[in-house]
Amino acid sequence: MTTAALDRLDPQARAAARGWSDIKIRNMFIIPTILFLIVFNIFPLLYSLGYSFTDFRASVNAPASFIGLENYRRLLSDPNIWRNFTVTAKYVIVSVGGQMIVGFGVALLLNRAFPFKGFVTTLLLLPMMMSMAVVGLFWKLLYDPSWGIINYALGLGRFDWLSNPDMALYAVAITDIWMWSPFVMLLSLAGLSAVPKHLYEAAAIDRASSWYTFTRITLPLVSPLLLIALIFRTMEAFKSFDLPFIMSGQPTTEVIAIRLYKMAFQEWQTGLSCALAYIMLIVVIAITNVYIKYLNRVKER
Amino acid sequence: MAHIELRGITKKFGATTALRKLDLQIGDGEFFVLLGQTGAGKTTTLRLIAGLEKPTEGQIFIDGVDVGTWGPAERDVALVLQQYSLYPRYTVRENLEFPLKAKIRRVEPDEMRDRVARAAKILRIEHLLDRKTERLSGGEMQRVSIGRAIVRKPRVFLMDEPLSALDAKLREALRTELKNLQMTLGATFLFVTHDQIEAMSMADKIGVLDRGRLVQTGTPNEIYNNPRNTFVARSVGSPPINLFEGRLQGGRAVIKPGTFELPLNGQAVPDEGRPIIFGVRPEDVSVEPGAAVEATVHDVENHGVEKILTLNAAQTIFRATVPATLKVEVDETVRCAWNPQKVILFDGSSGLSLRHAG
Repeated sequence: MTTAALDRLDPQARAAARGWSDIKIRNMFIIPTILFLIVFNIFPLLYSLGYSFTDFRASVNAPASFIGLENYRRLLSDPNIWRNFTVTAKYVIVSVGGQMIVGFGVALLLNRAFPFKGFVTTLLLLPMMMSMAVVGLFWKLLYDPSWGIINYALGLGRFDWLSNPDMALYAVAITDIWMWSPFVMLLSLAGLSAVPKHLYEAAAIDRASSWYTFTRITLPLVSPLLLIALIFRTMEAFKSFDLPFIMSGQPTTEVIAIRLYKMAFQEWQTGLSCALAYIMLIVVIAITNVYIKYLNRVKER
Repeated sequence: MAHIELRGITKKFGATTALRKLDLQIGDGEFFVLLGQTGAGKTTTLRLIAGLEKPTEGQIFIDGVDVGTWGPAERDVALVLQQYSLYPRYTVRENLEFPLKAKIRRVEPDEMRDRVARAAKILRIEHLLDRKTERLSGGEMQRVSIGRAIVRKPRVFLMDEPLSALDAKLREALRTELKNLQMTLGATFLFVTHDQIEAMSMADKIGVLDRGRLVQTGTPNEIYNNPRNTFVARSVGSPPINLFEGRLQGGRAVIKPGTFELPLNGQAVPDEGRPIIFGVRPEDVSVEPGAAVEATVHDVENHGVEKILTLNAAQTIFRATVPATLKVEVDETVRCAWNPQKVILFDGSSGLSLRHAG
């Protein structure tokens, strides 16, 4: 065969003949994405960073004036903001902790052959696919003290869930656990099915107890995926807004994202809210960094 | 140490039958090798004895006790798998200690250290004890997994092709090591393999499995020299046995398509004209001037101590093992014969050896 004929068979050579070099194709895919990111992500990010050093209010037709770190100083010395952070921390710990336990537990139950396994798994995944707002509204009905089904089923009479300031945050967290445990379950199932079966057989022959097998084989092998689930859920729970906003108006459920929303769009303290958003960003980055460090350590072992 | 007996074992996986009416006896302290091709049911037999599978029919006895309802832990067997099955993220020492840490065993820390040290010494992995298992080579991993079996002093060692993932040299070394180990421990070994060399070199007894049926059990010698049928004859020996189709005529073997004959003196001759398969091992074919059959040399493989010739006599291809000193060239015409005493006669249609049938 001549070289010309060979060239005709080679897809790269053919593309090159039409003026489609690798670099051109690469640029065609990448440039639109980069433009999009710059316009909608990076520009607003930098712009809001600028605002966070000013006293700008979007509702007032006045130029912003630079006030340095005053916004940050004000926020960090405000006991109300610290209260919001405490509420958020409680919410994150309860809901993410619950999701990890329930999700991993259900995954352990599902990790065996039984009839209609696929169907059951799909059913269990449904909560995660619903809209947050719809879930919030429905659970508000379920929690209703006088005719909600939860009090009826548990025989709690007229127990107050959402209007009880001490209970409301936990009630919202329970809804969040219901909704997002399937996510943890899904990742855990992926991890569990990747554990080689012959390890369990070897352990059975070595007469390891089931608890020993669980802590020495299952957990170490699934932990990287569990950590990834933990990272995702912590980030999401930290910035969660929809569920607490829809389900309860209590000050005890005012997580930091709700405070931010009120500050920005009800009080119109644009500069101040930009500063708060940045504080949240830094906290989220710090938390995930801790996790990722740990994840890398787990993976290295 | 234990005596194992399988009685009438049948195992089905859905529509496929892995084992059919298998009867097997393994004596106390015996090195028993199950030989068979992929899918013959070797691993299934092993897993049944280990208690990882339940038989569809039949009973399993260890030391005369029916263990049908027992789990793997109660049977007190050790299993070494082809895929090593080391516990990931642990050091070699932790892997070796694993089976001793189970609550029911209650091994004292001092004794645990002792046993691990002894196993490591036997398998020559002392220098690896504090290494993570991920950093080991294939041979080292397999030695660790054998080590995990021997620290426990189980009643039976079950090994599922433990050497097949290793390279040739290491396989040879570990083969000797395993055989020595079995003799030092005096333990009952059931070793599963598709490699006839492993079977021949290690076994006290070999069981040949063909598609879920145990065709023959016997010492390597019996299996090699007195195979029950052509399948067994073909599964041991390298180069493989020569099988000639032909007939008996006047006490002589007439090889199809009827162009050469050989004597069969000394062998009891059954009915004339019956189709027979004549089996003769390559080392029982001799090449010398003046021998009965003329053949052309098709191929010569020089193995150092010997040469393996592929010969062609009247369109029948067969092999002969001859001393390396013999000078032969490809395409040369030579004369050859067989050792009539060593010829095995198989029934032409069933493939059964006439010696066994009679």
